[in-house]
Formats: sequence, C-alpha cells, structure tokens
Amino acid sequence: MTKGQAISLQKNDGGSLTAVRMGLGWQAAPRRGLFGSRTREIDLDASAVLFADKQPVDVVFFRHLVSDDGSVRHTGDNLVGGVGQGGDDEAILVDLQRVPVHIDQIVFTVNSFTGQTFQEVQNAFCRLVDETNGQELARYTLAGGGAYTAQIMAKVHRSGQGWTMTALGTPANGRTFQDLMPAILPVL
Amino acid sequence: MTAELVRGQNHPLPQTRLEIRVSAGTPVVAAATLGDENGKVHGVEWVAHPGTPTLPGLEVSRQAAADHRLAVDLDAVPDAVHRVSVLLALPAADGAGPARFGAVAAPFVAVTGLDGGEVASFTLTGLDTESAVVALELYRRQGAWKVRAVGQGYAGGLAELLTDQGLDEARRLAGGIEEAVARGLARSVPAPPPRPDGDRTRRTAAPALGPDHGGAAARTTPGPVPPATPYGSQHAPGVPGQPAPQPAHPGGGDPSAVTQPTAPAAGGPIDYSHPRRQNAAPPPPPPTAPPAPPGQPATPVAGDATGWSMEERLYNQVWGMFEDLARTTAAYRSAVDFADARMEKELDQVLSDPLSRIGGQGDAAREAARARHTELVARAKEALDRDLGQLAAEAEVVEPALPPAFARWDNPVWHAYRVPMEIPMALRLGELHLPEAARVRIPMLVRLPLERGLWIDSGRTGSVDGPFADSHELKHLALRTAVAHAARLLAVYPAGEFTVQVIDPAGAGAQGLAPLVQTGVLAAPPALGAAGVADVLARLTQRVDLVQMAVRGGAADSLPPGFDTSQQLLIVNDFPHGFDDRAVNQLRYLADEGPDVGVHLMMVADREESAGYGPLLDPLWRSLLRLTPVPDDHLADPWVGHAWTYEPSLAPAGSQVLQQVLTQVAAARRSWDR
Repeated sequence: MTKGQAISLQKNDGGSLTAVRMGLGWQAAPRRGLFGSRTREIDLDASAVLFADKQPVDVVFFRHLVSDDGSVRHTGDNLVGGVGQGGDDEAILVDLQRVPVHIDQIVFTVNSFTGQTFQEVQNAFCRLVDETNGQELARYTLAGGGAYTAQIMAKVHRSGQGWTMTALGTPANGRTFQDLMPAILPVL
Repeated sequence: MTAELVRGQNHPLPQTRLEIRVSAGTPVVAAATLGDENGKVHGVEWVAHPGTPTLPGLEVSRQAAADHRLAVDLDAVPDAVHRVSVLLALPAADGAGPARFGAVAAPFVAVTGLDGGEVASFTLTGLDTESAVVALELYRRQGAWKVRAVGQGYAGGLAELLTDQGLDEARRLAGGIEEAVARGLARSVPAPPPRPDGDRTRRTAAPALGPDHGGAAARTTPGPVPPATPYGSQHAPGVPGQPAPQPAHPGGGDPSAVTQPTAPAAGGPIDYSHPRRQNAAPPPPPPTAPPAPPGQPATPVAGDATGWSMEERLYNQVWGMFEDLARTTAAYRSAVDFADARMEKELDQVLSDPLSRIGGQGDAAREAARARHTELVARAKEALDRDLGQLAAEAEVVEPALPPAFARWDNPVWHAYRVPMEIPMALRLGELHLPEAARVRIPMLVRLPLERGLWIDSGRTGSVDGPFADSHELKHLALRTAVAHAARLLAVYPAGEFTVQVIDPAGAGAQGLAPLVQTGVLAAPPALGAAGVADVLARLTQRVDLVQMAVRGGAADSLPPGFDTSQQLLIVNDFPHGFDDRAVNQLRYLADEGPDVGVHLMMVADREESAGYGPLLDPLWRSLLRLTPVPDDHLADPWVGHAWTYEPSLAPAGSQVLQQVLTQVAAARRSWDR
C-alpha cells in the first residue's frame, strides 16, 4: 500500500473485524561519541483517539495506556526503538466488541516525540493487523517518507453492525497527538 | 481552529461554556481563583479547589490527577468577577512524587468548547523550581471574555501564588488544599497487583455472533490461551519478583477441590512439597472454562486467572473482576454523559431556531432529540447489563470457592476452619459496589502483611442518614467492625504469628470487645486508664526501636532471646480519651514507623473528637486506610477513579462463627506457647 491510499476493509469471509492492532516499529539511532554515550535517541509514539460524533472522548497514548472503558490498550512506551527487523516496538490493541456504544470512530496516529522527521528515521513502519488471525491489513513505510514528524494512520469506524477500517496515511506535524487534533478533525 | 498560545498571548473566547483540559505527565492539583477588576481574590470563597470543588460557574476535580477537565460557565460567574485564573500545583510531596515542575514533562492546557473543539492551547514550558503555576486566565474585556496564556510559576508553591493574588488567608488555604488532596490520595484503594497483560481480556463477553465465529471469536484478544489438557504449558505467567504463596490449601474442607478435581495438590489431605520450591515443577493447571457454545459467553469458572496456586489465581481473578466492573461502568457512564450532552445541544438548537416556533416543527425536533437520547442510553444499558450478567455469574462461582482469608463470614468455608500453617497472600476487608451495579459485589482484598494501619471511622459519614444517625449506635457498629477485622487477621495467621493488643482507656468498649476477650485470643486484657495507655504504647515503641535497630544494623539475630517476632496489631478504642501529649506523640511514631517492622494500628475513632489537636494529627489519619462501619462511597479504584461503596465484612446476626473461629485460634495459641 502507498501513503494516502484510502480503502475500506472487510474480512474476506464477509464478516467484520472484531479486534485490530496498530503496530509501530523503527530502528534505534546509532550510538555516537567516543564511547557511544552520546545518543540521539529516536522516540516514536503511537496513539489512538476515540471519537463520539466528532468529539474526542478518550485518548490512549503513552501517558494513558488503557482507555477508561478498557477497550483500547497500549502495550507501553518504547523510547528508543528496536533493531529494525520488522517487530512492533509499540502496539495498540483494540477490542472492537468492547468499544462503548457511543464511540463511532477511532483514529490512529504516529508522532515523532524527539522531533526527527521520518526522513531521518531508519526502517520505520507502521501496520494494521487483524488481531483475530494475524493477517496484516495495511502497512506503511515511514522511513524516508518526507519532512513530516507525524502521520494520521488510519481510522476504524462503525458501519452497520460491524466496523470498517479506512487507511489514511495523512502526513502532519506535531510532537504528540494533541498537536494533530486540527489535522484529525477533517478526516473524521 | 486552535490557537497555540505563547506566554502572554491572548485570544478571544467564542463561547462562555467551556471546558479546560489539563494534561501533565504526573498527578497535579488543578484549582481556579476568581478575581475582581484589579485581579484581587477577595476570600477563600473565591477559590475553587479540591476541598471546595464547585463555585458558581466553575468546577474543578476533587483529586490530584495527570489529566483534568475543568468545567467553566462564564455566564454563571458573579458580575463582580473579572478574572478566572486556572492554577496547577504539584501535590505536597511526602517524599513521593516530584517537588518541582522542572522535574516533570511540561503541562499542557487547552480551552475547548462543549463540542470538544479546541479554542486555544498552551504548553507550560520553561518551568524549573516552581511547584505552583498560574496556567491561564480568562478575563472580561469590554463585555466579552478572552483567554490569556500566563505560565507564571511560584517556587513557594500555592501559598506564595495565592498571596500574590491578594488573598489574605493564602497560607492557611494552601494548607487546606494540600490536606484535601492528601485525603483524596488516602481514599484510593491500593494499586492493583502486577498482572500479565491480557489474561483477563480473553474471556470478555462477546455479543451474539454469527455461527461462523464460534467459540474462538469469544476470545477476542490474544491473551494466553488456557491449555486444553492438564499440565499444559502454563509455566510462564507467574508474577516475577513476588514471593509466590503456598499451594492451594489442602484439606477436606478445601473448596478448590470441588472445582479442581484433576489437581494433585488438592487431592489428599497433606501436601509434602516444599512450599518455596515452586520453580521446580509447574503449578497445577488452572481450571479451564469449557469452550463456549457459539453465540454465548464462556461459562465462568473459579480460579480462571494466572497464578502459582489456587489462592493466587482467585486473588488475581477478583482483582480482574474489580477492573472489569470499573471499566464497563466507565463505558456506560461515558455513553450516558455523551447522550445527555448531545440531547442538550440539540434542544438548544431547536430553541434558537426561529423556524421551530412555527407549527409543530419544533416539537418534532425535540421529540427526535429525546428519541436519539433514549436509543443510545438503551444500547449502553444493554452492553452494561450483558457485562454485569457475566460478572454476576462469575461472582457466583468465585465467592463459594474463596479460602477463609478471602471469604465472607457466612461462607461455609469458615465452618471447616483450621488454624493455617501459612500466611495467606491477602485479606478481605469488605465488599465494593457501584450504584449502577448493586448486585455485583467485589471482595475488597488487600495484601498481607498490611502496608498501612486501619481507621474504622466511628464518626458520621457523608452517606449516613436515618437509621445510623445515632452516634452511639455508630460507635457500637464501628467497634463490631473492628473486632471482625481483628478476628479475621488472627484467624488467617498461623498460631502465634499475630498478636492483638487493645487500648480501651475508659472501658467503653467492654461489650463490643467481648468476643476477643472471652475467647482469650488477646495477649493481655484491654489496657485501661491513662496508665494502661502509657504502658502499652511504651512497650510497642520500644519494640519498634529495637527491631529497627536490629534491621538497620543487619543484626536480626541480636534481638533478645525469646523476643516475640509476631506481627502486632494495636486496637485503639475511644481515642483520644486517656491520651496525653506524650501518648499522642508515641501513637504518631507508631503510625509512621510501625508498619515496616510489623506493628500496625487500628484506630476506632471519630476524627471530630480529636479536633482539639488541630493539624498535628492530620498525618496520622492520612497514613491509615479509612474504613466505615456502614456502607459509604469513599473508596476509589486505581484505574478510573469511580467512587465505590464500601461495606465491611461482618458475621451474620446471631451467628456464632466468630466465637467458634476465635476459640480455635486461642486453643492453637495456647499449645503454641507451651
């Protein structure tokens, strides 16, 4: 998939999604200085914002790891990244069946907390996985992706009895999800 | 469109009903002051803070928290008010928590309309030694309101900040705010145990599904799947770093034997395995729920959680139920709040639309708004009821399976009571429930050994009325509650490992204390009079000193021969009757230093009666876990912070269970003493 491509996703058997995971991975910055003690660490953060009728109701991010209702869970803040071999360094799990009835959209975002643009980050990607069967639904390569510090990844929204996911890949700038709110509102 | 303000910048406010959102990386206190046209705050009644959270047009949170939402209605503030300042302060650090804003992430504040749209935001950067800060001010300018980013910090904390705003009683109020915040902290139920992530979510209720998503779909997240056969692969999820407790209680009366027929540990009366050697063999597998039939939630099973023993699994299961109930109720409340706000907005729109006054259009629109509200609330209620049904079914199988330390007094497990050989991992102090779900009662389990003392509040509580308004009756109930807690502690510790002493200066508690006195479980008769108080306190103080010295010197062996190493509980009835200043100081010392060396307080007291000591005793009350003898909603859960109604565990009226259990404890103590 390429950035900016918007597609609707349904399970192949016609049913709708019940659990999705947004995974984020990147390669730690190489050590610098004589003794490798001077680091310029790269900290990317995954967040999810829960909306009811275009009003933000709850947010899951590194300071609030579980939505109050328990349906959205962040696996925890990773401050430096991993080895860059494809594993998720941060992930957000959504149990769609437990999402409160008034929440109709959940938007996933990625931010560069330490300020590097995605051009400077090695092997960065984010992906969306159908958690019930491990199937990857969408994958973006962030690395080399331009002078942006944030991306609005995707949204899952209610459609009929189930949920549908739309990939967004909208580039933006900001340190945390709060900076992105003006950019998120138009995509709701 | 959001305006990102820098320090000193202002911005017009398009609405007068606003929400101010605060987000900081650490718990902060949020407060607001009202000022006149010169910015002066005229008195304490012009300050909204955790102790007085509501003023006309203004509401702040009662607790320190990392995130706040302050509600503001500028139309409702008095005309004399020209300025509303929003303040943030770090809670007074009693050793814990950061003491200056320089040590935490820059707080972020945003002004939003009721529809959630952000009007202006401000990140408070550049703070250093300051512990209180004026974040924003909303002010009147030519009849309209504006917001200004201020960011003025004060190293002298709230007292200095409030003084700067011209408040005469600044220092006293700052103390009062800290006190209110500390009370808020003392209210919270201790944090939950570390739990491998996802071990609960695997059984969450699934709504009816199509036939193509059968039992597998009921496990909606990837938690560890329970092994289908005994001795499966259940090694991993032990809680690291925790001295795991003993295996399931053996013995014929062990309720776990009923639900765990395949586990060898529960099969015979004696368990020969070394209790600390659990790394060698995998723990007995947890009972697994049979696969759910399509479209049905899984049948609940007692002990369906991770842990090395049945006891630990039940403990984790109870905490899991506690969290599930907190979260499903949060989902329900959030949905209802949203439905209310949406209906209000829609009705306002109808009112302001001139077209709606013609004919029946307005009525139809109002009707539609109400119908949308009813429909959403009904769906929220349906989801809540589905979860409550499952939690109630789970409670139904869990309660009868609980070991004595976790069980209600009316549980038959107490009739098969034997003095235990091991200390249990936790103790039941009562039950918790929420108003939306009175039928689901969560056992309130706290870890042993106790980390803090207990305060059984015999004063009037907020929710008390009618039948309990009689203060004499309340005192009697408080003592009965204290005796039930003490009896439970005595019963769950092995013989001789827990000692209870009582101070009852005026002998006022003789009747209530009778179960402890008559069965002979006390180390000595209740201490009477000022001399008795002084004697008991002197001995316990000396004991704390001695153990502390030995522990600090790394010479635990050097304690005198025959030194009684058991945990000590001191029940103080009728405080401060019979206490002089020296005794009060010793009591405070015991409260501070005792818990680390196994000396605990249980105060049965009405705080008002010791009001004469002033703030001197505040740290004492704060250090104790407050429990009430009657249902009272003063405890908060650690996840969402709902106010839970606590009810103590008492023996049923007319039951002899307490006496029977204590008689066994006394007999065991006598044979142990020989």
